[in-house]
Amino acid sequence: MQGYIYPNEFELQWSLLIVLYPYITGLVAGAFILASLERVFNVKEVQPTYRLALLTALAFLLVAPLPLQAHLGHPERSYEIFLTPNRKSAMAMFGFVYAWYLTVVLLLEIWFEYRKDMVLWAREAVGWRRWLYYGLTLGATDLSDPSLKFDDAAGRWITVIGIPSAFLLHGYVGFIFGSVKANPWWSSVLMPVVFLFSAIVSGIALVLILYVVISLFRSRPVDMRCLDKLASFLFYAMIVDVSLEMLDFVHRLYESEESIDILSQMIESRLFISLIVLQLVLGTLIPLGFLGVFSPALHRGLARGSDELRRLIYLMSAVLVEIGIFSIRWNVVIGGQLFSKSLRGLTVYKVELLGLEGLATTLVLLALPFVILWVLVKVLPPWEEPAGLRRLDGV
Amino acid sequence: MKVPQQVARLGVVFAAAIAALLVARSFLVPETFGELGHYRAAAIDSIAAHPKKYAGHQECAACHDDLAAKRAAGNHRGVACEVCHGPQQAHVDAPLDVKPPAPRDRGFCPLCHAYNPSRPTGFPQIDPVAHNPLRPCITCHDPHAPVPPAVPEECSACHGQIARQKALSHHANLPCVTCHQVPQQHKVTPRVIRPTKPAERAFCGRCHAEGASGPAEAPRIDLAAHHPRYLCWQCHYPHYPETQ
Amino acid sequence: MTRDEEPSVAPADDPRPTPAVDRRRFVEDALKACAAGCPLILAVMRLPAAAAQRPAGEAAYDPAEHLYGMGIDIQKCIGCGRCVAACKAENDVPLDGYHFNTWVERYVIDEDGDVTVDSPNGGFDGFPPPAAESEIRRTFFVPKLCNHCANPPCVQVCPVGATFSTPDGVVLVDEQYCIGCRYCIQACPYGARWFHPTKHVAAKCTLCYHRLVKGLVPACVEVCPTGARIFGEVEQRPTPLARFMRMNDVQVLKPHLNTRPKVYYANLDGEVR
Repeated sequence: MQGYIYPNEFELQWSLLIVLYPYITGLVAGAFILASLERVFNVKEVQPTYRLALLTALAFLLVAPLPLQAHLGHPERSYEIFLTPNRKSAMAMFGFVYAWYLTVVLLLEIWFEYRKDMVLWAREAVGWRRWLYYGLTLGATDLSDPSLKFDDAAGRWITVIGIPSAFLLHGYVGFIFGSVKANPWWSSVLMPVVFLFSAIVSGIALVLILYVVISLFRSRPVDMRCLDKLASFLFYAMIVDVSLEMLDFVHRLYESEESIDILSQMIESRLFISLIVLQLVLGTLIPLGFLGVFSPALHRGLARGSDELRRLIYLMSAVLVEIGIFSIRWNVVIGGQLFSKSLRGLTVYKVELLGLEGLATTLVLLALPFVILWVLVKVLPPWEEPAGLRRLDGV
Repeated sequence: MKVPQQVARLGVVFAAAIAALLVARSFLVPETFGELGHYRAAAIDSIAAHPKKYAGHQECAACHDDLAAKRAAGNHRGVACEVCHGPQQAHVDAPLDVKPPAPRDRGFCPLCHAYNPSRPTGFPQIDPVAHNPLRPCITCHDPHAPVPPAVPEECSACHGQIARQKALSHHANLPCVTCHQVPQQHKVTPRVIRPTKPAERAFCGRCHAEGASGPAEAPRIDLAAHHPRYLCWQCHYPHYPETQ
Repeated sequence: MTRDEEPSVAPADDPRPTPAVDRRRFVEDALKACAAGCPLILAVMRLPAAAAQRPAGEAAYDPAEHLYGMGIDIQKCIGCGRCVAACKAENDVPLDGYHFNTWVERYVIDEDGDVTVDSPNGGFDGFPPPAAESEIRRTFFVPKLCNHCANPPCVQVCPVGATFSTPDGVVLVDEQYCIGCRYCIQACPYGARWFHPTKHVAAKCTLCYHRLVKGLVPACVEVCPTGARIFGEVEQRPTPLARFMRMNDVQVLKPHLNTRPKVYYANLDGEVR
């Protein structure tokens, strides 16, 4: 602690779990928007990742409310948010935006996408798997041509609705912070937009990592056209993201309101590692440099290098980007609580190791989506497997 | 047009889910929610039912009328009984079982009356270390109607910060009455009857004008030329003049 | 240098009516009866005491007739911290140094204009004199509490309707309905809210609502020895607050946030936020 903070500010209210929440919803929104590229904008190169991106979004969306739930003082009362939502509260809309996005967008899109396959799998499988797939089709087993055409059209329309919904999902998370007028670090009209683009960045990077790693495990060749395209989109999204963040930064600096002194102090001391080192240098400048040079984003790639090298560089850049985006979430959520609203002092945040809001819980919650994704991939394989191989897998 | 099979099946699922939500909602929303606004009106009653710990000085006066009358006439007339005696609703509820504490040691009174420069000047303050050490405050002062044992000669009894600053300044040796005339009534009704301040420049000029007869080290200025619009103390703080 | 104009003197006692029952005489009588061996009297004895707690007005308490507010005169605050201690006792606030419905800050502005603020244990134990006294330009105490805003950001953000403004203008928390998301704590610009360490809900100043409905003043106002805290109605003329607002230039904290506080400060320094 340094300077003066209000006595009630000694305790940080929103801990590591609340850092995790916008990080995870960002991954969801980003992965979905990537999936929609293929569907709506006909970017055929990224087709190999379409289903994977959808399942990834679902896996992370299922985990998204858990850190919130674990953080509540009374988790058993969380249903009240559906019972008596306060229409004036940005947070009250969470339940509805989440429910809308989960059921109307993601589940429906996956359902229409997989319905044909599920019907086929149900016919082919035996025992409980047969009933599982049959149940998942909800009994809609019509595989006639008009029916399949309807699936495709419905999927396209849902994606069209889904894009603004994904924007809503994550822009809204940004609004939760951006609308807090009491907090000059948060209160910014750009906050939802910055959240959105950083979400897209993190989603693309995540799908890129998953695609490379899963291909490695499945010993399948990586489609380099797809990977180059992903890397290019990652680069473009990052450019927009960085521009917005710089705009926000310059705007604050130029307006130089009464909070500027304490915020500069905070950046120079408390947030130096997480903002300057992790977010800016490691998470933004380095990957931006590598992607700019090696991906075909600019000028068909300045130095193309071998496929092997590019794969490695893309993978490394994507990992750095994920670290950087996590740092962004940290700097927003924790940073917004490190300075006193008296604008006269800074406090400290120590992450607890165990405990409900500690590092251990965070790691479990971060690992959980991958477990869910593993199950989803087993149940709804996102790629076409030769029939023989699937049986050998034993699932 | 025929409804596609998919739509029909999904429609059933969605309708069932929404119906379940609505049914659950009708059971789970608290009874008084929304009566007065978007909240549980019954919450106000449960907050209003919180037991009070501070009885309020009116309650004290109901039994201790003698002390209440004494207090109401003295300098502690605005100090409620429970400021010193602590929360006493328990004593009101069971006067014989619960006895209010009375702080008699030297630790308590200085909470208000120890010298602290942040306190408004004029508030009676003492230095607990120097002020009659070791003797409990109540040996000289009646807390229910406190007066200084003698009307204070020293202005510092109430104007501690001014006295301390002046003691560090070049004016350290000037008694307050050199510059202020203090009516006797100021000690009785300090806010109504105020001490005077020098009303003309010539007053300060007795030491600070060119050719004045005061001490040689006192700085001298040309009274006629030096910002004649102002009285000296409108710019200089005589209790702590700039040159030290 | 502090203000050397206004000597602070305790205000006249407020002329609130005292209960008609002379309870002390009653207790004395009861004692005599007890001595004669009549235990029944002991039980009955508590009845008038209980009745006296409730002034005649309570049954008819109508929130629509009130709109409460508070005035704070910076020039009268002596930093004794009795309000802080009384609030904690009255409202069962944890006695640690991190949870306060009300607290007192000390501002010390030195000759260079540098501002030092502190609030040791919220002012609960009073204030030791500041270190370097000779360099002080001005210094004063500022009591803080929930501003019971007319446009409260905490109420706006509560997702479930667990915090609300009552018809009489008090911002309260429903501790049986609060889910503990702490958004309200983030939304309060004044640091007036805290998270209850054992109840796991948001907590705050209730303006001693349980006292108001009984016709009493909040505990902090009751124990303020110098009359630095003035309690009353915002919209009615014959209350101490109305006189306070007439006699002083008043200010609220952080007016640019348009929270429209109902705690009004007189003689507030521009450095206070």
